[in-house]
Amino acid sequence: MIGGLFIYNHKGEVLISRVYRDDIGRNAVDAFRVNVIHARQQVRSPVTNIARTSFFHVKRSNIWLAAVTKQNVNAAMVFEFLYKMCDVMTAYFGKISEENIKNNFVLIYELLDEILDFGYPQNSETGALKTFITQQGIKSQHHTKEEQSQITSQVTGQIGWRREGIKYRRNELFLDVLESVNLLMSPQGQVLSAHVSGRVVMKSYLSGMPECKFGMNDKIVIDKQGKGGTADDAGKSELGGSGKQSIAIDDCTFHQCVRLSKFDSERSISFIPPDGEYELMRYRTTKDIILPFRVIPLVREVGRTKLEVKVVIKSNFKPSLLAQKIEVRIPTPLNTSGVQVICMKGKAKYKASENAIVWKIKRMAGMKESQISAEIELLPTNDKKKWARPPISMNFEVPFAPSGLKVRYLKVFEPKLNYSDHDVIKWVRYIGRSGIYETRC
Amino acid sequence: GNLSIILNYFFAGEIFELKAELNSDKKEKKKEAVKKVIASMTVGKDVSALFPDVVNCMQTDNLELKKLVYLYLMNYAKSQPDMAIMAVNTFVKDCEDPNPLIRALAVRTMGCIRVDKITEYLCEPLRKCLKDEDPYVRKTAAVCVAKLHDINAQLVEDQGFLDTLKDLISDSNPMVVANAVAALSEIAESHPNSNLLDLNPQTINKLLTALNECTEWGQIFILDCLANYTPRDDRESQSICERVTPRLSHANSAVVLSAVKVLMKFMEMLPKDLDYYGTLLKKLAPPLVTLLSAEPELQYVALRNINLIVQKRPEILKHEMKVFFVKYNDPIYVKLEKLDIMIRLASQANIAQVLAELKEYATEVDVDFVRKAVRAIGRCAIKVEQSAERCVSTLLDLIQTKVNYVVQEAIVVIKDIFRKYPNKYESVIATLCENLDSLDEPEARAAMIWIVGEYAERIDNADELLESFLEGFHDESTQVQLQLLTAIVKLFLKKPTETQELVQQVLSLATQDSDNPDLRDRGYIYWRLLSTDPVAAKEVVLAEKPLISEETDLIEPTLLDELICHIGSLASVYHKPPSAFVEGSRGVQHKRLPPRSGSPEGAHSGGAAIPEAVPAVIPSQGDLLGDLLNLDLGPPTTGVAPAPTSAMQMGAMDLLGGGLDSLVGGAALNCNCQTLGWYFLPHLQVWLLAMKAKGLEIAGTFSRRGGVIHMELSLTNKAMSVMTDFAIQFNRNSFGLAPAGPLQVLTPLSPNQTTEVSLPLSTVGPVMKMEPLNNLQVAVKNNIDVFYFSCLYPISILFVEDGKMERQVFLATWKDIPNENEAQFHIKDCHLNSDAASSKLQSSNIFTIAKRTVDNQDMLYQSIKLTNGIWVLAELRLQAGNSNYTVSGVLERERYRF
Repeated sequence: MIGGLFIYNHKGEVLISRVYRDDIGRNAVDAFRVNVIHARQQVRSPVTNIARTSFFHVKRSNIWLAAVTKQNVNAAMVFEFLYKMCDVMTAYFGKISEENIKNNFVLIYELLDEILDFGYPQNSETGALKTFITQQGIKSQHHTKEEQSQITSQVTGQIGWRREGIKYRRNELFLDVLESVNLLMSPQGQVLSAHVSGRVVMKSYLSGMPECKFGMNDKIVIDKQGKGGTADDAGKSELGGSGKQSIAIDDCTFHQCVRLSKFDSERSISFIPPDGEYELMRYRTTKDIILPFRVIPLVREVGRTKLEVKVVIKSNFKPSLLAQKIEVRIPTPLNTSGVQVICMKGKAKYKASENAIVWKIKRMAGMKESQISAEIELLPTNDKKKWARPPISMNFEVPFAPSGLKVRYLKVFEPKLNYSDHDVIKWVRYIGRSGIYETRC
Repeated sequence: GNLSIILNYFFAGEIFELKAELNSDKKEKKKEAVKKVIASMTVGKDVSALFPDVVNCMQTDNLELKKLVYLYLMNYAKSQPDMAIMAVNTFVKDCEDPNPLIRALAVRTMGCIRVDKITEYLCEPLRKCLKDEDPYVRKTAAVCVAKLHDINAQLVEDQGFLDTLKDLISDSNPMVVANAVAALSEIAESHPNSNLLDLNPQTINKLLTALNECTEWGQIFILDCLANYTPRDDRESQSICERVTPRLSHANSAVVLSAVKVLMKFMEMLPKDLDYYGTLLKKLAPPLVTLLSAEPELQYVALRNINLIVQKRPEILKHEMKVFFVKYNDPIYVKLEKLDIMIRLASQANIAQVLAELKEYATEVDVDFVRKAVRAIGRCAIKVEQSAERCVSTLLDLIQTKVNYVVQEAIVVIKDIFRKYPNKYESVIATLCENLDSLDEPEARAAMIWIVGEYAERIDNADELLESFLEGFHDESTQVQLQLLTAIVKLFLKKPTETQELVQQVLSLATQDSDNPDLRDRGYIYWRLLSTDPVAAKEVVLAEKPLISEETDLIEPTLLDELICHIGSLASVYHKPPSAFVEGSRGVQHKRLPPRSGSPEGAHSGGAAIPEAVPAVIPSQGDLLGDLLNLDLGPPTTGVAPAPTSAMQMGAMDLLGGGLDSLVGGAALNCNCQTLGWYFLPHLQVWLLAMKAKGLEIAGTFSRRGGVIHMELSLTNKAMSVMTDFAIQFNRNSFGLAPAGPLQVLTPLSPNQTTEVSLPLSTVGPVMKMEPLNNLQVAVKNNIDVFYFSCLYPISILFVEDGKMERQVFLATWKDIPNENEAQFHIKDCHLNSDAASSKLQSSNIFTIAKRTVDNQDMLYQSIKLTNGIWVLAELRLQAGNSNYTVSGVLERERYRF
């Protein structure tokens, strides 16, 4: 198991050091600093073995978090734990920065004592932790006996992510379908790879312990219903999804509140949600993706000191919809001496420090096209190595889900309290963003 | 010096101030002081001097302050064991506190105080806490048993805590179950043979139930524990798999990987024809792909594991090539791992796409990545035959970029392509040769040299190319030196006439001027091979190379199976068994996959990764491998009927050996060698057997170099103890051979060690005619005993350098020698002309005095002088167009020697 946990600043000074196991000595702190933080060459693996001691590290801005062990630990668990620790810290005091860590070091030690026991990760749900690890130490003394047992049963319980007795006057929930669409396209316009990785983020203000059921236009479910004709949910969308089309989901993962065995057997998504905001599910699709933009590059080398670049972008969605925050990044060679750009729409600038022409368009409707052309002057070099021609990348945001996913319903049942599914106010929103959206040139 | 004194002074002041604050009456001030102490502790300052003051703050109702004091205690208790006892009372009291959070805190902290005296006091509170009514306390106590076991295992056993822990597996609270499982698993690891984790269908059922209810971390503990279970049969195996598969949809990657581990392991037991087996295979791919959208560090862990899974069960991900395409912004460690998997998944179906990608990668910035991409192209060529041509042309394109490391990498892989597809792509050699000068890396230089040596017969200036490398021989790395040695020997065997000097040069560089034992050994091996048995030399050096495997870097199957049992863990990241990086007893247990039940063909389920034995790729080159004498003594005559090798060899031996009776035994082959400045080193013969000499084995042979006869001895200690004090003596013998100096065995000879000694001999010892004439009786002494043996020496070592007789004298002597001294015999199948034979013989101190051609027959007249002044005169008759020799020899004692 994890033998120790260290947090360093960018200089390699220790901000937090917590040792859980006897086999981890003080020298481990230095070993990581010397061999990883101060290493001459950039470290090429997130796992480093130094003198039979293994170090796992992640970086958040310029803060290093390192877990140390001498055993054959579950490596995936250690990284998951480090990420979780970052989440917990962020939930408590915001950004993970040197200043915040220094100001909250007592709190961090308290958290580390709670969420890692003898190197074994324990309940690390912020919702539960916040009930008894507070920044006012005195408060814990004022829990009544009842409150205390409520805390412990929540921390250890089946529904460790939600406390009992939550009350809202207005029961409301928000669903965000956030997708990032990834593309790698050849210069000739052939899709080399494309996938959507999506997340359903739920923010809920619901009283009591509500049982929820979530439905979407999952092909497997729709097909099953088509055959059986039972359609227990009548297939009618309550949340605005048209439900006309189903999508094939390659794979999905769920927050721990979702009953996985039920999903496995019935493919239904049922759960008692954490209070507030959390990520309900992640999914991935690769079939029938709507690629919101097509990039058509044309690069011509004119002699040894000049490049001509022309890039056309075409939007490929309903004309009534508007894409926003469009940015096209056209890489330029390192020996660029000057750039002249002409674009039909938006603004384009050559950014020498980034070795790229950045073309920004605020808004663009569907089924439109725009174009940029640039002349790049090059300094003659005797560098034999050819310019690697990094791909042209794109950023954008569109108000639909490129995977075609639609929310069909989210039903809420709370048998103990007197509010029904119809009383809950529900909102849904779709946002498609570019992930790694690249076209080779 | 001074600075540290000053700093210490300030620090001492700080300690003093803190001490005062810790003893303050004001609670807030106390708390702030403890915080400062913890801050100092964090940065590594020694604040142990404050121990009593800090412990005094422990008795407080402020939970935050209490936690800080506990933190301090955990750090310093070990260094102040006596004072740590002061804290015991508070702990014991806290374990009775009405607040479960405080009870748990006390038992949690107490377990972290690794002081023997405290552990005694811990037992009672721990016993209570293990049965506490509150699950939070129980789950903390469960972990505490593992802590206590780490400090004092015996105590834990004696106190019966292990049984209590086992009972907790049936606890109603899932988190208590999970922690108990974690604690038990850890304790069981240090007791490999105990039946601690007594896993049976009932406990398994409890674990599977808890699996649905506990935290993500608890699920990991339980899955990792489940993976250690071996189901009784395939039905149980299937039912566990069915209950584990829902975990594949968990958001936590570690839960997914641990579930994959259980499934991969239990799948071994399922019959392959079972429908469920196929279903399960299909279910595994999507979650593995999903892992690639996790954060980069987890992607890395996932990719290392996928690398194992792809080797074990290639069918799972065979259609998922695209997801392993490298993204421009992937961290380098992710890129390199993806590339590895791409190559493993490359097949005829997807090769075009893969190649296009690899070509793209070869132009990226990161040098390591580019190299690996170039190498990958080569590996594709080897793996998918249909793509070989495209791969080669891609590599040639890359070579044209002249980017130094790309060129070098390309040459390294082209070498392997040549080996896989001989006689197919050698046309590119010319292009490769153009880049000779730019190669500065040993591996590339070695590869290029290998290519030149291997295809020496097709490269006109192979000798020049190799010679150019030879200039800086001593500055080359061993890899290059070894390759150069081999390449030049190959070249010599292929083009012997023009390259004698070169081979002589490299052999002397390797054997005489090098300190590297590998190089020297290889040099000597070639030397002996060439000098004793050129046929064997050809067979060895130009042997058909074994097929190179399609897959490289495959993990050896038993290790792979073990690593599959460690999916998700560090072992799977390192691709090493835990014993390779974990100290002590933990992890030395080797895990194994369960045996497959059901269909017998299942036994080979893991075999997909094992390359099948395939016949050698290089076709028999019998026509190229001319017979020994052709190559050895002259250029091949066209249209020679290939005679059995053994016969040719006999012929060569007969040239002088058998012919001049025992007198000239073995000298024939020697000729070739001495032309090149080599001394005669026939096979070492075992003269003294270890079993007859109390463990000392002696093998040896004779040589003549620089006009001095040497006895070459190889002494091996096959006994159990060290041997010292070696000495040697000869009995009287026909030619008066005697050691010219003592036997120099420099160091004591340890068991299993072999040493080689070269003993110079003189010919001025006492003479006695032996039977046979060249018999030598030897006595060797060491610290154990004296041993006797006898051996035969080749007469050729006795041929002296001034054995060339004046023409006139030769003629007169020939006539004078009585007929009864004459012997005559025939040598068959010796394909060399008289000039060649003459020059070869001269190198063995057999001199040609005159040559005559009569009736299409070449007559050679030769003289030999022995160390004792005896002359041997010989006449060689060669029939033109016939490979037979007739030898007549006569013997004469020199008249004028006393």
